[in-house]
Amino acid sequence: MEYRIEVENLNVYFDELHILKDVSLKIPKNAVTSLIGPSGCGKSTFIRTLNRMNDLISTFKMDGTVLLDGGDIYNHKVDVVDLRKKVGMVFQKPNPFPKSIFDNVAYGLRVHGINDKDILAQKVEESLKSAALWDEVENILEKSAMGLSGGQQQRLCIARTIAVEPEVILMDEPCSALDPISTTKIEDLIHKLKNDFTIIIVTHNMQQATRVSKHTAFFLHGEIVESGLTDKIFIEPEDKRTEDYITGRFG
Amino acid sequence: MHRFIPPRIAQKIMTGVFWASGIITLAILLVIIGYVLFKGMPVVNLEFLLGNPVDSGRSGGIFPFIMSSIYVTLIAVLVATPLGVGAAVYLSEYAGENTLVKLIRFGSETLASIPSIIFGLFGLAFFVIYLEIGWSVLSGGLTLALMALPTILSASEVSIESINKSYAEGSLALGATKWQTIYKVVIPASLPGITTGVILGMGRAIAEAAAVLYTVGAALMIPTSLMDAARPLPLHLYILATEGLSMENAWGTATVLVIMILIITVVTNTLVDNYRKKMMGR
Repeated sequence: MEYRIEVENLNVYFDELHILKDVSLKIPKNAVTSLIGPSGCGKSTFIRTLNRMNDLISTFKMDGTVLLDGGDIYNHKVDVVDLRKKVGMVFQKPNPFPKSIFDNVAYGLRVHGINDKDILAQKVEESLKSAALWDEVENILEKSAMGLSGGQQQRLCIARTIAVEPEVILMDEPCSALDPISTTKIEDLIHKLKNDFTIIIVTHNMQQATRVSKHTAFFLHGEIVESGLTDKIFIEPEDKRTEDYITGRFG
Repeated sequence: MHRFIPPRIAQKIMTGVFWASGIITLAILLVIIGYVLFKGMPVVNLEFLLGNPVDSGRSGGIFPFIMSSIYVTLIAVLVATPLGVGAAVYLSEYAGENTLVKLIRFGSETLASIPSIIFGLFGLAFFVIYLEIGWSVLSGGLTLALMALPTILSASEVSIESINKSYAEGSLALGATKWQTIYKVVIPASLPGITTGVILGMGRAIAEAAAVLYTVGAALMIPTSLMDAARPLPLHLYILATEGLSMENAWGTATVLVIMILIITVVTNTLVDNYRKKMMGR
């Protein structure tokens, strides 16, 4: 199997708090990997380590290696801007910019120096189509994104992310603020996107993990208890703690 | 504690008290503006607005003073806005919570509470005499810029701090640099608040007599360069009233000043509202 991301012996601290403890995980290419586990177990911190969003927190410290396509993303030569272009992120709460729908999707492209109107229009359309939003917004591209529903906003955020053509998309509980119909739409979208992107999704919804992902890692107290094929983890988990968690005995 | 007043009656009384406070505030405003307009409107006509003063302003118009006000206020805003917004960006986006930041904030708050006549004295000593700019539009405008600066800074800082941090996160996650994030997302999103701050600062500058008293001169002509002396409306009003030249024209001048400020406020509020509606989609 080909891996996009390989994390080895990762430790993350905020001040003296040891958040991630010796975490190792390989993320397969062009597939969906779910991260599950109770709140506060370090899932979000883990994915924020993968696009170096934790760098924004002054008390963040880490050791271990995080390889993207074999290259260490924490090497001092790595340009964080390039990294974040390759590793996109969709947040828990939809966070479109207070700009027009078009400008939201075009934002990343413009930031990376694409200003040609025709190219922008074409890329915006492609991205909105890929995010299954085009039909709903085709005629209101100049309207503010803030007027869209929560589910539409989240798909817009996905469109915005795929517009810059990342290799990896990190999703931090992307459906937790959405209603069931919007959630279904996002899940369908994830199915469609997995052929072209490596997707890592943090979720508290066990059914969602089984529905969307091929691989799953179970986090508990900052450690990975178990990881592997989703089917195996949910049908015959090796660790008692995994079984307790997925059957709802705690968490 | 024993209840002397039943809660439902207390509720009614307090509703009345708050209502009355609001109404009194509005009434004070209306009485002042109404009185100024009542006294001043009879003098205000096209000739008064567009004419030159005659006999030191005893009669004739106030056109040079309107232009003086526009010039000094414009200079104040053009100088204070980039400085104030820049400092606000630094305080809210770059600086952590350190001693320098606390000092800048303390300095700005102190600056805001210094009486304007002291700004005038400083402007005289620094711009007029030390920098040898002389009594001029430039000296007056720069002095007013110093006065408007803390207002613009603190309003901008509050506005930048109050915008959702998730916007900046979304931008950084797309590979934007910090600077791109600030000027493409953070500043546009906080523009309504920044504009309100600029308008407050502008209001302070345009209404100021004491700060220009020692810095701008007291010319009766339209200033034709930054180095020309001038006479903004509040200063003209002050001179007319204290030297007993013409109380009618003083009220007329006050009327024009009040109307100018009202127009600026209404126009910018409308623009800011429209921008906010467009940005937020409602």
